Amino acid sequence: MGSPVLRLVAQRIALGILLLFAVSVLIFAGTQILPGDVAQSILGQSATPEALANLRKELGLNDPAIVRYFSWLGHLLTGDLGTALTTRQEISATLLPRLWKTLFLASWAAIVSIPLAIVLGLLAVRHRNGPIDKMISGFALASTSLPEFFIGYLLIYFFAVKLQWLPAISTVYDSMPFLDKLKAIVLPATTLVLVVLAHMMRMTRAAILNVMQSAYIETAELKGLSAFRIICKHAFPNAFAPIVVVVMLNLAFLVVGVVVVEVIFVYPGMGQYMVDHVAKRDVPVVQAAGLIFAAVYIGLNIVADIAAILSNPRLRHPK
Amino acid sequence: MLNLKRIPTGALLGLFFTALFLFAAIFAPLIAPYSMSQIVGDVWGPISAEHLLGTDSLGRDLLSRMIYGARTTIFIAALATALSFSLGAILGFMAAVVGGLFDMVVSRFVDLLMSIPTLIFGLVVLSVLPSTIVTLILVMGILSSTRVYRLARAVAVDVNAMDFVEVAKLRGEGTRWIIFREILPNALSPLVSELGLRFIFSVLFLSALSFLGLGVQPPEADWGGMVKENKDGIVFGIPAALIPAAAIAALAISVNLVADWVLTRTTSLKGGRD
Repeated sequence: MGSPVLRLVAQRIALGILLLFAVSVLIFAGTQILPGDVAQSILGQSATPEALANLRKELGLNDPAIVRYFSWLGHLLTGDLGTALTTRQEISATLLPRLWKTLFLASWAAIVSIPLAIVLGLLAVRHRNGPIDKMISGFALASTSLPEFFIGYLLIYFFAVKLQWLPAISTVYDSMPFLDKLKAIVLPATTLVLVVLAHMMRMTRAAILNVMQSAYIETAELKGLSAFRIICKHAFPNAFAPIVVVVMLNLAFLVVGVVVVEVIFVYPGMGQYMVDHVAKRDVPVVQAAGLIFAAVYIGLNIVADIAAILSNPRLRHPK
Repeated sequence: MLNLKRIPTGALLGLFFTALFLFAAIFAPLIAPYSMSQIVGDVWGPISAEHLLGTDSLGRDLLSRMIYGARTTIFIAALATALSFSLGAILGFMAAVVGGLFDMVVSRFVDLLMSIPTLIFGLVVLSVLPSTIVTLILVMGILSSTRVYRLARAVAVDVNAMDFVEVAKLRGEGTRWIIFREILPNALSPLVSELGLRFIFSVLFLSALSFLGLGVQPPEADWGGMVKENKDGIVFGIPAALIPAAAIAALAISVNLVADWVLTRTTSLKGGRD
């Protein structure tokens, strides 16, 4: 490991942290743009001026926005996410267990979809322009246009209602045996897999095809190597970096796609928690959940960049 | 000229369904057999001669609601797309032509907006804003314009370096002329196929928001909201929620097919130059 790699990685991480701060400002500012204020929207139009004044004082709304931002950020950095307006409970106590559940679901979807996408992408390249390739691209086109809830309810309708193989509602609690948990998340995880699979597959295919046009592949072909060997031994290692980037970007997408999927399957994760509290206009909860989602998303993007830096030999061996 | 026989089957199918949905949206009051809110039958009635798609969770005719829903969905998505295009393209062209500080500030702000997942930022903003149609169009249009901005800027930077733009600048034309008379006509073809993709994005985004109960509010209904209304029937084996969901998918796929065809057509016309 040479120093240029370390410097690049450090730069990327620093940039990510800076970005995260900017995002926290944006998320905070995004909740300040309404014409009235939070107190007004909680109590509604018919609230008495006294009640409004009390609530404003309680929420600290009388301070200027910049003071409120820094006190919010300060608490956030010390792990205090504040209290929910509707339930008066600590947000972190409810949010963190739900975050783990969300990550549990998303990681199972990732474990299934990544190898599947890469294998299918390789297959598509192997049988380029053949029926398998055409089928895969057709499927990819369809799946980028399908809303998550169409796939989700279709799966529920056939596998939970008609065939009764799996539960329609994915209840998961802590004391549940591991295998029961897995069974409960089969349908939501499948939905997520179907949502990200096509894009990941198509990008894998494009990355390998790109490499396949280089001169050394032609040499390998002229040497008489089999197509399978060329793809696996010669093309794949050089297509690795773009594939890692695609995989990471899709993982980031998974974390967001999880919001709708959790609502479909009534899965007790962070996405559902956030959506519930948007409807209740519970701003502190929405801010906290939104920031965590954004942080995971940015984090995965940084990992994608770092993976790309590390897998590039030109950067590993400085001139 | 456009020869019907030379259009590929996929694009033809896409054109047909897009036209069908547009027709339903425009002439909704004329073709819908019942009104949107009238209760005409049992809750979740089966498919029958009177109710071609059955009835919904309150006993309203599902076909009529689907037709009116097409109107709401397409209207909001089209306006959001139009907003995202005008905003994104104009800012993108300006960034390319003006350059300097303006370019830097807008580009970094767009980077920042794009670093937050769209749905998450939409949820944060909608937690304080009322869910009216105007808010929805503004939120969706602005969030979607970031992608148009990037594309428009990238294309305009290329065009801006061409001789005829240089000539126009030396002739003393203003920024407005350069943007609308020199760059816009030359940047149109990549932007047009992006138009289709942005429209699909708007349809899917609106449907997701309405499905989560944060988009179009009752008694108005779009397709996403109709999935929400009928979703409880699924566990009893009533597929009513699948119909609006399938309509969203069909609309998105048809527009996608058309956009795909337009893209290959415009690029092949130019001899594959871009």
